[in-house]
Amino acid sequence: MEFTDEQITRYSRHILLPEVGGKGQKKIAKSRMLIVGAGGLGSPAALYLAAAGVGTIGLIDSDVADLSNLQRQILHHTPDLGRPKVVSGKEKIQALNPDVNVVTYEDRLIAKNALELIRGYDVVIDGVDNFPAKFLINDACVFAEKPLVHGGILRFDGRVFTVIPKKSACYRCVFKNPPPPGLVASCQEAGVIGVLAGIIGTIQATEALKLVLGIGRPLTDRMLDFDARRTSFREIKTRRNPNCPLCGEHPTITELFDHEPESCELKQAKVEA
Amino acid sequence: MQVKINGKAEEVQGATVLDLLKAKNIDPHMVAVELNNTMLEHDYLATTSVKEGDQVEFLFYMGGGQ
Repeated sequence: MEFTDEQITRYSRHILLPEVGGKGQKKIAKSRMLIVGAGGLGSPAALYLAAAGVGTIGLIDSDVADLSNLQRQILHHTPDLGRPKVVSGKEKIQALNPDVNVVTYEDRLIAKNALELIRGYDVVIDGVDNFPAKFLINDACVFAEKPLVHGGILRFDGRVFTVIPKKSACYRCVFKNPPPPGLVASCQEAGVIGVLAGIIGTIQATEALKLVLGIGRPLTDRMLDFDARRTSFREIKTRRNPNCPLCGEHPTITELFDHEPESCELKQAKVEA
Repeated sequence: MQVKINGKAEEVQGATVLDLLKAKNIDPHMVAVELNNTMLEHDYLATTSVKEGDQVEFLFYMGGGQ
């Protein structure tokens, strides 16, 4: 694979970096990244990874763009309202960089399709908004032994965490199960400062590129928490948990399954009760 | 006694990790707990004592993304 003159110019600021160079840029061009959720986190991740020249970007999302999404989901613009997010996302990615092959899945990631989907990619980026999906992505990445860059945002707080299956702590090494339904705000009612999606999503993209390039130190065995109110980052050390139900010494999770979906109504009902 | 909770030194009273959670009004179901960089199983929150100089992390779930 050889770059054209145009591509050499497009990626020149990468190629200039000794850690990347032409060799590294080729690794990026050959890489395949799956972004689960074309929303707040998925948007900035997709755009920067596209700009970086990632060979194939997979986008999976079953939603259409809604007016309340536009405050943070920068893949989608006002004329995209009502259009499938994967369609809108693909257009923006290809307008930014026609080199990128975009594969779209207008679907939800579920236990039934997760493994097959993930197996076709080198790195997975978690940009979903609910715990059942976050746990499923973690489980599928551990089973498929694919690196995962987890991200989460809520109100003014964000978190990034990289999982290299069987080598570093997985999400279940820390959180064994999703929180009881209705207890933790994760639905629309909680709110989020829009730019936080950009901060966390671009850190996820940085991690994904580092993994593909094989440079630096991945964000493994430590959670990076960001507090936008104080503009402060904090690292929490983690390590593989021998009691992890998924990747521990005596795993109890031996196949993929879907956790019960969260219910915002349930929480509402509790408040009213 | 002084312990570090989520990176901040705090003067606390009480003997167990569960006491700390109660004092802070945190529902144990809402956090993963790390004691001196090792995950602490929820079953042991009530029986694990906190000692001077311990580092405790209460890790909250952070779920959003869309």
